Amino acid sequence: MNETFDAEAHVALMEKTMGLKIEEEWRPSVVANMSATANAADLLMSFPLDDDVEAAPVFLP
Amino acid sequence: MSASQDLKKMTAAETASAVRGGAVSALEIARASLAEIDRINPHINAFTDVTAERALCDASAVDKALADGADLPLAGVPFAVKNLFDIDGLVTRAGSKINLDNSPARDDATLVRKLTDAGGVLMGGLHMGEFAYDFTGENAHDGNCLNPHDTGRMSGGSSSGCGSATAAGLVPVSLGSDTNGSIRVPASFCGLYGLKPTYGRLSRHGTFPFVGSLDHLGPLARSPEDLALVFDVLQGDDPADPAQADCAALQTLGDLDKGVAGLRVAVAGGYFRDRAEPEVLAAVDKVAAALEASAEIDIPEAARARAAAYVITTTEGSNFHLGRIRTRPQDYDPETRDRFLSGAMVPGVWVQQAQRFRSWFRSMMHGIFEHVDIILAPATPFPALPSGTKNVTLGGETLPARPNIGIFTQPISFIGLPVVSVPVWLDGAALPVGVQVIAPAWRENFALRVAHQLASDGITAAPVADPLATSS
Repeated sequence: MNETFDAEAHVALMEKTMGLKIEEEWRPSVVANMSATANAADLLMSFPLDDDVEAAPVFLP
Repeated sequence: MSASQDLKKMTAAETASAVRGGAVSALEIARASLAEIDRINPHINAFTDVTAERALCDASAVDKALADGADLPLAGVPFAVKNLFDIDGLVTRAGSKINLDNSPARDDATLVRKLTDAGGVLMGGLHMGEFAYDFTGENAHDGNCLNPHDTGRMSGGSSSGCGSATAAGLVPVSLGSDTNGSIRVPASFCGLYGLKPTYGRLSRHGTFPFVGSLDHLGPLARSPEDLALVFDVLQGDDPADPAQADCAALQTLGDLDKGVAGLRVAVAGGYFRDRAEPEVLAAVDKVAAALEASAEIDIPEAARARAAAYVITTTEGSNFHLGRIRTRPQDYDPETRDRFLSGAMVPGVWVQQAQRFRSWFRSMMHGIFEHVDIILAPATPFPALPSGTKNVTLGGETLPARPNIGIFTQPISFIGLPVVSVPVWLDGAALPVGVQVIAPAWRENFALRVAHQLASDGITAAPVADPLATSS
């Protein structure tokens, strides 16, 4: 569980940054979803990946 | 019982054989399928569009082509597709209200055309969770798609109509999509065989996307033989899909009788057993015993694989929907709207970490597949949930139901491994549950061979459901 991430504040900031419109009755659900994503990300960010591990995009120039 | 009700119990292979042999015409088959759709669909809400006129026209064309000597492997086989596939002349709904404002498709999706060219007869478009962001089969716009084995329960999603229509015998085969489990979940809940091929195997051209990094297309059917029959037709290069991999086609149908011989089978432990209900573990164990698979293997970091799939899904999906979610959030299903809104707020470094972890996880799994050829794991943590279920208890912890339906499918599709979900009915059980038969990349034939042996030995089965006789 990410204890430093403030999902409510993040949603409020990003709502403006991204030009989104969140009705107040939707907000608790949006915040809950943001929290779930942050928890998933926390699990990932705590995993040590070597510098040589690259993503695998499909891009053939 | 009417002739229509007799015909609907035939598999695709049996139907094609009967039509090719002249025992029944493609037109008779199409009329029977339409009659069953008329009779049953109001009770399960699986079809959103029925292409009756096209079906009768295509079926007549099949009969004429056969009379002219054509060789059609799917002669007269009725099929239907999740409504994110383009169907010439219809708006591609993708389970949404918003897409209804779009112009009708002017061509069929590549895979629809391939089945039609092989003699298949399209019956229509099928219900799905909005924009494929769903595991339940519930949809605020179109209503809930119901499980034909018990109409008080979820069909599973997001290929909900595929699960429901195929299990009810309205068509012997359907095409769905699977980003995190959307073929395997309805296959599990509705008691079907579902094939999620290797990522990049089949063309996605002409389908409405969800998450480009993870989207797969594939068939659901009532026998592994039908999956192989259809899969062999669906393969082939398509320059119109830039994400399709350069891979040699497999001919899986002729390989089925090899069964499990020579394949090393293991059961996934740890993560894949900790949060499954006892009956689900019993289903996995039944399959393992039948295959004489005693080895249990640990798949390290499966929870992180699921987390990475979760982050990629919400971010890529929200990028794709950003214009719509900015301007028309009120027109989304509330269950998807709030996820697309939050997905538009994800820091980029999280997503890149998930993509790099994907490479790490793939490399680790390559190592595991040096020692095994097939891995067995549950498809869902439980059989079909009652409609409207909000929370479930897994491993003693109460969790939201919707995102947790896919905990066992997500780590596998995350790195694109091919899987056949097989339906198990435990003694006395009222509902089926699926077991994932997971193969190395590009080895769909391994999973299909195992599924075929399980079906032949009576370990798995996909009986036609009668939704008029079953409700809780």
